[in-house]
Amino acid sequence: MAVLTIRDALNQALREELIRDENVFIMGEEVAEYDGAYKVTRGLWKEFGDKRVVDTPITELGFTGLGVGAAMAGLRPVIEFMTFNFSILASDQIINHAAKMLYMSGGEFKVPIVFRGPNGSAYQVSSQHSQALEAMYANFPGLKVVMPSTAADAKGLLKSSIRDDNPVIFMEQERMYGMKSEVPEDEDFTIPLGVADVKREGTDCTIVARSMTVPMALEAAEKVQKEFDVSVEVIDPRTIKPLDIDTIIASIMKTNRLVIAEESHSFASVGAEIAYQVMDHAFDHLDAPIKRVSTVEAPMPYAKNLEAAALPSVDKIIAAVKEVCYL
Amino acid sequence: MARTAATTGSKRSTSKPSAKKPAKAESNGNGRLAAVEMMNAEYQKRRKSQIEAIKKTDKKLLRDMLYQMVLGRIFEEKAAEVYRMGKIGGFCHLYIGQEAIAIGSMMALEPSDMVITSYRDHVQAMVKGITPEAVMAELYGKEGGCVKGKGGSMHMFSKEHEFYGGHGIVGGQIGVGTGMAYAAKYKESGQVTLCYFGEAAVNQGIFHESLNMAQLWKLPIIYICENNQYGMGTSQERAMSTRNIAKKAESYEMANEFVDGMDVMAVRDAALRAIKRAREESLPTLLEVRSYRYMGHSMSDPGNYRTREEIARYQERDPIVLFQDSLKTAKVFTDKDFEAIKQEAIDATKKAIEFAEESPYPSESELLSDVYA
Repeated sequence: MAVLTIRDALNQALREELIRDENVFIMGEEVAEYDGAYKVTRGLWKEFGDKRVVDTPITELGFTGLGVGAAMAGLRPVIEFMTFNFSILASDQIINHAAKMLYMSGGEFKVPIVFRGPNGSAYQVSSQHSQALEAMYANFPGLKVVMPSTAADAKGLLKSSIRDDNPVIFMEQERMYGMKSEVPEDEDFTIPLGVADVKREGTDCTIVARSMTVPMALEAAEKVQKEFDVSVEVIDPRTIKPLDIDTIIASIMKTNRLVIAEESHSFASVGAEIAYQVMDHAFDHLDAPIKRVSTVEAPMPYAKNLEAAALPSVDKIIAAVKEVCYL
Repeated sequence: MARTAATTGSKRSTSKPSAKKPAKAESNGNGRLAAVEMMNAEYQKRRKSQIEAIKKTDKKLLRDMLYQMVLGRIFEEKAAEVYRMGKIGGFCHLYIGQEAIAIGSMMALEPSDMVITSYRDHVQAMVKGITPEAVMAELYGKEGGCVKGKGGSMHMFSKEHEFYGGHGIVGGQIGVGTGMAYAAKYKESGQVTLCYFGEAAVNQGIFHESLNMAQLWKLPIIYICENNQYGMGTSQERAMSTRNIAKKAESYEMANEFVDGMDVMAVRDAALRAIKRAREESLPTLLEVRSYRYMGHSMSDPGNYRTREEIARYQERDPIVLFQDSLKTAKVFTDKDFEAIKQEAIDATKKAIEFAEESPYPSESELLSDVYA
């Protein structure tokens, strides 16, 4: 196993898929000559050239629509949003076109396309650049939504997303690009979409976390183990849609307690959906009300202290675990 | 385009009658009546040479073109009739008056070329090869529809016929069409893409974003603006700072042409030039095809934003009448031939209705299929 940053794992996945399938191409702002705004596409333009790695004008709606049409006509575009905040400009093409094309064409036209880029907060980039948008996209049938939290997951899930015949929203996290972990070296290493991963086994309380809150949940789990002798199980769904609710339910049947940690705002969030599904499937197994740790209901402020107060944190997750464990 | 007549109604009722009257006299007639006279004068100038050209054109092609126009007309009239009977639900946007655009341009294509259009898509779907039966059954929401009853009036598709759909968001298909052309260039398939949209779509950002990319990357696409002069109930001059849509292409250094959309041979000639440019030089073109929609925006449109005089004047230049007149003058066909063609279209429409009536509703198992591939 090689130890890679999430950034390099994503880069490897892209490179391997560009080599494997000549219909795969990468398109987005600054993905080619600039090597990617966050360097995820570093070196790919030099290696694959103008046809496969394409710089676009700043025209999100336009190149997203172009990607949808190219996918309908047989290509497999990987569209990079410099950040998912800018995908909102393109959301008509993602939601009204990509997501519905197969259905409203009665199965005639597939749209095998990946929309990827960083989602959620970064470092004091304020209100318009700090949004976690997974709940919005997960609300639409026809889209898959993927959110990796480790280098291996990032690589294996991105390769599966590129090979998938559906539009996939692949959400990275800028704060996590430099995080390192082990990645299998097999060039055909993939992770199926829709399969959760138990990141830490435990018996007393389950935390369901995704993306940036996974490392937070793992740290919180270590701390409550040490301080309160509480054994926490951390589950990362990895794919938000389709959601592997079975793995979550199996964990709750063991621990009987659930905390959900997420970077998005709380109202109508993915966490709200998970809480509902748990109630629906495992109401009798819960020994305490479910707790959620989310970003506060305000646009993201700039000031460092306010930003930290807005976001989920290890301490907030610990407090929630203590609450569901009646500590 | 999911906008209801009720919305227009409420908007209209808020405007002051005193302010409305002069505005109506000024904008709702004169500009468009002047335009039709201008187009007619140009038409009269080229008519003689056009008739000579018709004499040299393949007779079977001419017959097919006329047949498709007549079929489009009769099919849509029948659709309106059965819509009023409650056989068709939802939105239903008819193409009556605009037939010369689809027929003139699409019949200049190779079968492998790609087409995408807006929600006003029944005639384009049939010209591309989807049967009238499959289109009518789709309007009925039946299993035998071209997309199994899942799309309805606005969403006809067929991969087999390279028909990339009817799309319901004004201008959305301009981005998708640009991508289809991108794929053709990427794969070096030699396919040309025709991308249709109404003039109201020109005000959407996607139009400008797409034209910029198409010229920047030299994509083999023809953008065909079907200028029927009204975006729902709002006339072009109430919505656009300039009348000249073709000229907008010049902002992107793109080839462009203004075309009389009531003259099917003029549309064909312009389309042939643009298709050649796309096929041989991999370059895009914007065609502004000035036309007129006889019916309302959709079946729920009362049409009280324009005068009878204006409609009547455009109908005098009906594309089928003009074409038949030229064909007769060129001595290619006689009235008897026209009758036979009309009967054929009536029969095909009747068959389509029978098929749609008899086709079962889609099985409920279809509800959750085709959500994911």
